[in-house]
Amino acid sequence: MDRVAALAVAVVGVPLLLVGYIVASEWLLGRLPLRRRAGVRPWVWIGPAITFVVVYLIYPSLATIWLSLFDARSERFVGLANYEQIVQLSDVHIAIRNNVLWVVFFSGIVLAFGLVFAILADRVRYEGLAKSLIFLPMAISFTAASVIWKFVFDYQPAEVTQTGLLNAILTGLTPIDPQAWLISPPWNNLALIAVGVWVWTGFAMVIISAALKGIPVELLEAARVDGARELTVFRRILLPLLGPTIAVVGTTLVIFALKSFDIVYVMTSGNYETEVIANLMYEQLFSVRHNGRASSIAVVLLLAIVPVLIINLRRFRFQEAVR
Amino acid sequence: MARVEYDDVWKRFPGSDRVAVHALTLDVADGELLVLLGPSGCGKTTALRMLAGLEHPDGGDIRIDGRSVLRLEPKDRDVALVFQSYALYPHLSVRNNIGYPLRVRGLTLAQQAERIGRAAALLRIEHLLARRPGQLSGGEQQRVALARAIVREPRVFCMDEPLSNLDAKLRTHTRTELKALQKDLGTTTIFVTHDQAEAMTLADRIAVLDQGRLQQLGTPDDVYRHPANLFVAQFIGSPPMNILAAHRHDGELVVEEAWRIPAPAVRDHHGGTALTVGLRPEAITIEQDGGGPGEVLVSEPLGSEVIVNVKVGSALVKVRTAPDVRPGPGTRVRLAAQPGEVRLFDPSSGTALD
Repeated sequence: MDRVAALAVAVVGVPLLLVGYIVASEWLLGRLPLRRRAGVRPWVWIGPAITFVVVYLIYPSLATIWLSLFDARSERFVGLANYEQIVQLSDVHIAIRNNVLWVVFFSGIVLAFGLVFAILADRVRYEGLAKSLIFLPMAISFTAASVIWKFVFDYQPAEVTQTGLLNAILTGLTPIDPQAWLISPPWNNLALIAVGVWVWTGFAMVIISAALKGIPVELLEAARVDGARELTVFRRILLPLLGPTIAVVGTTLVIFALKSFDIVYVMTSGNYETEVIANLMYEQLFSVRHNGRASSIAVVLLLAIVPVLIINLRRFRFQEAVR
Repeated sequence: MARVEYDDVWKRFPGSDRVAVHALTLDVADGELLVLLGPSGCGKTTALRMLAGLEHPDGGDIRIDGRSVLRLEPKDRDVALVFQSYALYPHLSVRNNIGYPLRVRGLTLAQQAERIGRAAALLRIEHLLARRPGQLSGGEQQRVALARAIVREPRVFCMDEPLSNLDAKLRTHTRTELKALQKDLGTTTIFVTHDQAEAMTLADRIAVLDQGRLQQLGTPDDVYRHPANLFVAQFIGSPPMNILAAHRHDGELVVEEAWRIPAPAVRDHHGGTALTVGLRPEAITIEQDGGGPGEVLVSEPLGSEVIVNVKVGSALVKVRTAPDVRPGPGTRVRLAAQPGEVRLFDPSSGTALD
């Protein structure tokens, strides 16, 4: 009963609170001179949102940076000692290598597939159906996708019936032995990346497809009449005109590759040399319980992403300005 | 040497009952400028695109120099297409836009530079070569599009309303230049437009189309003075030809029950005595003598001439007169028709009877 009461309070109370806030702030604004109102009003309206961002985003970020300068229990100030430590950990080296694999292969393959699918879908009558099917995996969470693919990649010893889909097909159709997809480094990383690709290709495809449809058909027709083969039209006309969109999608994918966590956590927990930086951070915080090191890893990750984020934002703003 | 022939070409758009091009048969002589003229939706652009290879006919054949091109890709037909919207590559400079067809054909840089230079000089755009299309005015973009077509030295030029996006003054100026250019190059050209004045000034011959069907193929003179049917009569000429109901009586034509003119000799037709008469505004003269079948509604002075709107019976007749003939509204006038310029049409089918 308590829970029902709490739920009722939340469902009714939160909107009431918001409405009350708006009514109260408008009344307060009414008491200000007319001139000042237009300047103050925006701040009043986004006040709650800014408060949330500060409390749940900015404060924790600053706190993390602060904590990274302390020891495991956050009691003794150790300066940059944590950073020195993590630079030497072999785990960190492996994690960085894996993140590089993610950035290169995940971003590259998703972009390539997204581009190819966008172009091909544009030319068939069942375009709507094809795009929906490819986009469908985006609808499920990474955790769910990871669980699905964990079963697909499952491995049993050669003499036993294979329960994993891939191995079943492999042993059923060819004489090759079943493979331990998730276990043998470094190719197990590619298996994990494949799951990410499966989920995210739809995203890249949809965005590139929209940009593709913005290119006037007559440009392509002019190129064809001028004598270009399809591949030349693709390389010299389509790709350059899609450049800005590809840049935005690409940088988004790179940011995502650097942050990847769910897939690795669910499928291998970071074992078998599939660690990525986000996993390391999680592990240091909750298993090893070393606040300082976990925080320093988080800061390193932030520093790695910031340049990519800046490129992404500038590209995005440039495109908005062009429009 | 490039003759173009359309042989019984059909095109129906999928998912629609409408026939875009209906049994089109026409030929274009080597070096000729043929204009495909007609209102929107008459099939002229479709016919042009079928020649370029961007659409496929559902029936019939299209030949260049006697050889069918239907099995050839657009890039192999040696046809250059100038689009209404110019279709310039926005990410390439003007020089690279013009040189693009040469680059994909593998010409050496020296050859490319030479041809680009020549085309640019011909169209007077040498000073624009380093710019991007986005930095050019409409007229400049249009010249670049033309240069890109010329530089290939193709067998046939196809032009899809290239002047429609220009302002009126630039359009008339460019029209003249285009005609001179085509005569200079001597390349067979097919030009699509809906503007009858443009067609009249540019064409060696005009093909008038309506709803996918060829209405008449002839020189501008033919089409103007001897239109094959009512559609052509009313489409060509500004102000359009006066179309009036008449019936034959005692060797005369009684127009709109009010105006008698001598009847020209014409072969018998099954419609009986009822006829449709066509008279161009300049083929009618006004005699102001205080009486007559016509009543002036308004005179429109245009500087070099006057268009007088005269009510005859229930019809409105436009008459072109000298600048000093300017009867006021309400004046009763007598009209006379130049004998050789009276056109007769069958009232039900609209076809010319002479």
